[in-house]
Amino acid sequence: MSEDIWILGIHMTKFGKHPDKDTVDLASEAVMGALADGGVTMKDIGVMGAGNLMGGAAPIGQMLQKQVGQTGIPVYNVANACATGATALRVAVMAVKAGEVDCGLAVGVEKLAGAGLLAGGSRANDSKTWTPQGRQGAVAPLDGRIGTDTMPGVFAQIGMEYGHRYGGTSFELFARISEKNHSHSTLNPLASYQKKMSLEEIMGDVMIAYPNTRPMCSANCDGAAAAVVVSDAKLKTLSAEQRRRAVKISASVLTTDPWEDACQVLPNVNTLARNAARQAYEQASIGPEDLDLVELHDCFATAELVHYDNLMLCEEGGAVDFFNSGAPWRDGKTPVNVSGGLESKGHPISATGIANIWEVCTHLRGEGGARQIEGARVGLAHVIGLGNACGVHILEKAA
Amino acid sequence: MADQIPLVDYLVLGDSPHLVALECERCGSRYFGRRNACAGCFGTEFKTVRVPDEGMLETFTIVAQAAPGIPVPFVSGVIDVDGTAVRANVVNVEPTPDKVTMGMKLRLTTFPIGVDDAGVEAIGFGYEPVG
Repeated sequence: MSEDIWILGIHMTKFGKHPDKDTVDLASEAVMGALADGGVTMKDIGVMGAGNLMGGAAPIGQMLQKQVGQTGIPVYNVANACATGATALRVAVMAVKAGEVDCGLAVGVEKLAGAGLLAGGSRANDSKTWTPQGRQGAVAPLDGRIGTDTMPGVFAQIGMEYGHRYGGTSFELFARISEKNHSHSTLNPLASYQKKMSLEEIMGDVMIAYPNTRPMCSANCDGAAAAVVVSDAKLKTLSAEQRRRAVKISASVLTTDPWEDACQVLPNVNTLARNAARQAYEQASIGPEDLDLVELHDCFATAELVHYDNLMLCEEGGAVDFFNSGAPWRDGKTPVNVSGGLESKGHPISATGIANIWEVCTHLRGEGGARQIEGARVGLAHVIGLGNACGVHILEKAA
Repeated sequence: MADQIPLVDYLVLGDSPHLVALECERCGSRYFGRRNACAGCFGTEFKTVRVPDEGMLETFTIVAQAAPGIPVPFVSGVIDVDGTAVRANVVNVEPTPDKVTMGMKLRLTTFPIGVDDAGVEAIGFGYEPVG
């Protein structure tokens, strides 16, 4: 293993509605916050990874530099669906690991408040004459005619498939996962929604794609997150306070799907997540039983269930029992999504893969306030971008 | 009968409508739609194979919110057809959780999508309960 890499500074904006701030404002706030948190300036940064999916084709990294500091460093504008933030961070980590720079910056930002269905939200009209188009020679749009393109529907099928394979799932079980995350969110002042919801409220809310009702879906919102990473050698030159608050990146992994039957029919979010987790545990020499908290990609309540298993927080096939044991509640054996998760904290797509790391770092630094997981030393952050890409980071408190 | 055209090119119409897949000559991986190469073994030779008409419901959702113009609720699912996974709607069943069940036996069915300005009828497919 090469030398350690550290998160020196990290920041997450309030998630929610920011009608008075544009994408660059939010990204600037996250970047300046992360730099201040780490006690460095843009002058110290050697490389930037930046992600934004919905803001158009203009390069977010350069637009951001024009507001916070133009120093001529390389910018890598990345896109990897919901794993975009984690991918930007991987860019900075790889550059530091390769020895090209000793200090890197990663940022992800999105303006999504008020957005509806992000995929499958609109469908083109049928053409006046049927003309085969595309790889499947389709004569008309297929969404709704051959399955669904909507994310709530795709992830509903993923959770239901797990239930079909291992048993024990029900509408109520999935709703109870959402109940947990909404309960957790009440302690997170940066969450979009901080409202406890009863099981009855969750199950009785608007159905989006069975079994996912509206509060069981990730909340579209505005937000940004940024992180400054440094080499071990650089950290050693910094102050005792900077070293004390630095968080070790014990594993940084990004995977895609290895070919399997059916993976091009319904996205298989399981194999690549399991592969990422396995690689991360090996890199960190840490097992799932060592984790004090986990932030995983609960884009839908049905997704959280399968990721208990994919991240090996339970035995294979044991996700339902794991949840029913109370383990993923904040007072349980392996607290999951104490931030409130994507269902209540919110999911500004490109920010999510850094915001989940901010949450873990906050606990490892003992700065979690009312929602602090006492004595947290090791945490894992996981993100899935449909397509697919999976990012897993394992973080450790400075010794 | 008016001219007909399948909704997708892997639906074959005629007396006995059925689906066809492209099967990798080297490793047997199956795909729907035009290929550049096999994602599993990188082979570039494929043969067209007929997919059986009957299968089992592997997973589903009942979509209640969709794009304007898509009738809801409808059942979207994955059907395991003798080892080949097919994405499709489950049709001719009440779209409720007590009527649509995991593992239910299903059979391919086809139906008109609409007629275009040239008088050609597009034919789509779905899977309906057996018996």
